[in-house]
Amino acid sequence: MQFSRRRRLVSQPQDGLYGHCLQFYGRPPAENISLAEFETFAFERLKLLKTVENLGVSYVKTSDQYTKKLYSEFSNLNFPHKAEADDKKEQTEYEKRRKDHISHFILRLAYCQTEDLRRWFIQQEMDLFRFRFSGLTSKSKTEFLHQNNLQYDTVSMEQKKALVDKLVSSSYAVSGATVMEQDFYKVPFQDALDLVRTRKVFLKGGYAYIPHQDIIAIVLNDFRTRLSKALALTARSLPAVQSDERLQPLLSHLSHAYVGQDYSIQKNVGKISLEQIDPLSTKSFPLCMRQLHKSLRENHHLRHGGRMQYGLFLKGIGLSLEQALQFWRSEFIKGKVDADKFDKAYAYSVRHMFGKEGKRTDYTPYSCMKVILSNPPSQGDYHGCPFRHSDPELLKQKLQSYKLSPSAINQILELVKGMHYQLACQKYFELTHNIEDSGFSLNHPNQYFMESQKVLGDGKDVKREPETPHREAAASKGLGASRQNAEEMEDLDALFQDD
Amino acid sequence: MSSCDYDSSCLPDLLPLYYRRLFPFSQYYRWLSYGGVTKNYFQNREFSFTLKDDIYVRYQSFSNQSELEKEMQKMNPYKIDIGAVYSHRPSQHNTVKSGTFQALEKELVFDIDMTDYDDVRTCCSAADICSSCWTLMTIAVRILDRALRGEHQHSDFGFQHLLWVYSGRRGIHCWVCDEAARKLSVAGRSAVAEYLSLVKGGEETLKKVQLSDPLHPFIRESLAVVEHYFIQYALMGQDILGNSKTTDKVRNLVLHFVSILIFCDFDCQVTSRKGCQYIDKEIMLQYCYPRLDVNVSKGVNHLLKSPFSVHPKTGRISVPIDLEELDKFDPFAVPTISLICEELDKPRTGEEEEVVEEEKKENEIEAAERRKIRDYKRTSLAKYVKLFDRFLDGMARARKGEILRKSDLQKEF
Repeated sequence: MQFSRRRRLVSQPQDGLYGHCLQFYGRPPAENISLAEFETFAFERLKLLKTVENLGVSYVKTSDQYTKKLYSEFSNLNFPHKAEADDKKEQTEYEKRRKDHISHFILRLAYCQTEDLRRWFIQQEMDLFRFRFSGLTSKSKTEFLHQNNLQYDTVSMEQKKALVDKLVSSSYAVSGATVMEQDFYKVPFQDALDLVRTRKVFLKGGYAYIPHQDIIAIVLNDFRTRLSKALALTARSLPAVQSDERLQPLLSHLSHAYVGQDYSIQKNVGKISLEQIDPLSTKSFPLCMRQLHKSLRENHHLRHGGRMQYGLFLKGIGLSLEQALQFWRSEFIKGKVDADKFDKAYAYSVRHMFGKEGKRTDYTPYSCMKVILSNPPSQGDYHGCPFRHSDPELLKQKLQSYKLSPSAINQILELVKGMHYQLACQKYFELTHNIEDSGFSLNHPNQYFMESQKVLGDGKDVKREPETPHREAAASKGLGASRQNAEEMEDLDALFQDD
Repeated sequence: MSSCDYDSSCLPDLLPLYYRRLFPFSQYYRWLSYGGVTKNYFQNREFSFTLKDDIYVRYQSFSNQSELEKEMQKMNPYKIDIGAVYSHRPSQHNTVKSGTFQALEKELVFDIDMTDYDDVRTCCSAADICSSCWTLMTIAVRILDRALRGEHQHSDFGFQHLLWVYSGRRGIHCWVCDEAARKLSVAGRSAVAEYLSLVKGGEETLKKVQLSDPLHPFIRESLAVVEHYFIQYALMGQDILGNSKTTDKVRNLVLHFVSILIFCDFDCQVTSRKGCQYIDKEIMLQYCYPRLDVNVSKGVNHLLKSPFSVHPKTGRISVPIDLEELDKFDPFAVPTISLICEELDKPRTGEEEEVVEEEKKENEIEAAERRKIRDYKRTSLAKYVKLFDRFLDGMARARKGEILRKSDLQKEF
C-alpha cells in the first residue's frame, strides 16, 4: 500500500519557532489562518481540556489509567505530547505544535471574560501542562527551563557533596544517592514559597535547593502567574476582537460549549407520561430540576430562566410537544394565568423550544457548564445549579430534608467549597441511589436522568449512549447546529420578557 | 549609671525638647529615603502618630526632612509608627480614586513580645521583664539573625541589612531593610514567618512543639543556639522546679513534661518507640525558641513602632541593639527620655573638651545644625545614633556596589 504525503498549503517549519514540544505560550501566533482551521483548532483543544477535566476528577492524576487515557486523547486529537525523535514525522510534529500554540491563544479569547471562565481555563491548562512536563525526559526538562529563561541554575557537584546531609534531611524522599545522581536547582526563595512555608526545602543565602522532581511545582506556579496576567490583558483587548462578526458567535459559543452528547435528539418521545413526572422528580431528577419542578408545583409559575432550563430538560427526557403544552398549561392555570393568556403568551415559547416556531431549530437542553456559568439566578428565580448558586446553609437544610446523613452532607459541602459543583452533584447521585461509584463523569442534567434510570432498572427502553466523543458530529452537525443554536438562543432570550 | 526617675506625666514637657534637640532627624530621613533610588519613596511613606490624650492619627506623610521635623515638633507625638510606602502620598489618600491607593513596599518586620512567653516564664509575667527572662530575647535575636542574615552566606534567607531595635518595654523588633525584603509580597512574608515558626498553639495546647525525623537543618541550627543558652537560662536563671514563685500554670506544664519524660524514658527503654525521640529537644524549644506574631510580619501595610520613638509607659527610647554586644545588652540601661533631657543641660565629664574640638572641625556647618549634632552627642543617646549610622553606612555601601555592578554589566555590551 502506498501512502502519499498530503501536501498542504502550510508554512514550512520555521526554525526555532517550535523548538520544544512544550511551551509557555509567551508569544501569540503571528500567521494567518482560515476560519475553518480557527474553528477546528478551538473545538479540538476544548475537547482536550474537557477530557483533562473529566479524567482529573475520575482518576488520580499520576495513575496509569489517567496517563493512558489522556495520551490516547492526545493522539485522537492530534496534539503533541512527547518529543518525537522520528525525522519522518517532522512535518506532522510541527503541525501538532502549531495547533497547540494557536488553539491555546484562541481559547484565551473565549475564556478571559469572567472570573469563572478564567479560573476554569487556567485550571485545565495547568493540569495539561503538568501532565506534559512530567512526561518529558530529564534532559528535555532542563532544555525547556533554559529555553524559557527560568533563572534556575543547577547546583554543582562539589556543592552537592558539601551539602548532601542537609539536602537529604530537608527535602522529601531524597536519599544521599538521589542527591548525587539527580539535578538540584537553585531557585530564589520567593519562587518556592509553598516549600518555604512548610519548611520542606533547604535554604541557603536566599536560595531554595529544589530536587528535580519538585521543580514542576515551581514551574507550574510561574505558568499560572503568566497565564493569569495574560488573560487579564486579553480581556482588555477583547472588545476589538468581539466586534469582528465572524468571530463573535464562535467565541461566545466556545465559552458555553458542551462538546459531546447534547441530548438534542429525542430518543424516548412519549415513553414518559405526565403522571410519572412527580415521582421521577424525586427519584431521577438532578437537584436543579427537582428544585425547579417543586417550585413550579408550589407557585404554579416559573420565570423565563426557569422555564428554559426545565422545559428543555423535560424535552430531553422524552416529553413530546403535546405533553409539554399540557403540562405547562395545567400548572399555570392553577396560578394567576388563565387559559387564554397561556395560549397567547406561553404556548408560543413552548412550541419555540421544540422548534415549531420562528427559525424552527430544535434547541438543546442545557449542560451543567451552561447552567453553572450563565444566567445566574436572582431574587424570584429557581433556575441555576443549587450547588453553585444556593447559599450553603440553605443547601444543607435542603439535603437534610431529603434525609441525607450528616456525613454525606458534609462530603457534598466540602466539594462545593472546593467549587467542584458537578462532583457534588455526582456525590448526591451516589448517595441518593445508594451506590459507591456513579461510573460516569457528570456534565449534563439529562445524563443524570438517564444514568439514574439505568440504576433504578427502568432503563430497559432507554438505550445507553456510548461515551465516545462524537467527532464527526462535532465537526459537522453538532458544531454547525450548536453554533446556530447559540445565535438562536440569544434571539430567543431577547424575545421573551418576564411578567 | 544613674537613671533619672521617669514619670509619664513629664512627657508633655520632655517631648518638645526631645524632638527639637535630640531626635536624629537627618539619620532618620537618610534611612527612609534609601538613597533616593526610588522616586517619592520618602514622600509616599505612611507614619502614624499617637498624640496626647490617646488621639491617633494615620496617613501622615511628609515631603522632606524639614517638613517632617516641623510637623513632629508641632504635634509632639507620644508614639510614632512607621507604615508602608504607598502608591500615592498617604496624606492625600482621600483624593485618590478608590482602589488605586495601595501599599506597595515595606521593610520585612518581626516583633518578639515577652508576654507571648508567659506560659514558660517563672520570674515575671505580663509587661514585666528582668535580666533572667531577657535571655529569651537574646536567644530570639541569635536564632533569627542567623536565619535571616547569618555570616558569609551561612543564613537561610540571605538578607544583609537588619536593624534590631529594643521596643522600649518588653520586646524587640527586627527591621529587614534589603530591597528584596521591602518588595516581598504578603505571601512571601507569611511564608518566611511560617518557616521561622516552631512554637504553635494557644491556650488549649499543652505541648507546642512537634519535631519529626529527619530534623530540618534550620531546626538543627536553632537547637544549637538554644542548647548554648538553655542551661544558663532555664535551670539556673529560672530555677523552674525550685522557685516558690513559679505559678501554677508553669508548674503544671513542667510536671506534664516531666511525666512525659519519665513515661518516654521507660517506654523507650522497653519498646524503643520512636515517638519520644526528640522529647528533650521539644521541651527546650518550647521554653526558649522565639515566638513570632505572624500577623505582624505578614501585612505590607502593617504599622510598627518607629526606632527612636519613646515608650510612654517606661520613658525608654527605642534604640538599635548592637549585635556584637548582644549578650551584654541590658534593657534597664537603655536611656529614658528624662535622662537624656537632663544630660542635655549637664554634659558628662570630659565631654566639654570633646565638644570644643568638634566645634573647630565643623565650622562650615550651620550653627543650629552644629548645636543639634552636639546635643545628642552629649547624651547617652550618642552611641545608639552611632550604631544607626553604621547601619546606614552599610546600606549605602551596598547600594554603591550595586550601581557599580550594573554599570559594569552595561559596559560589556
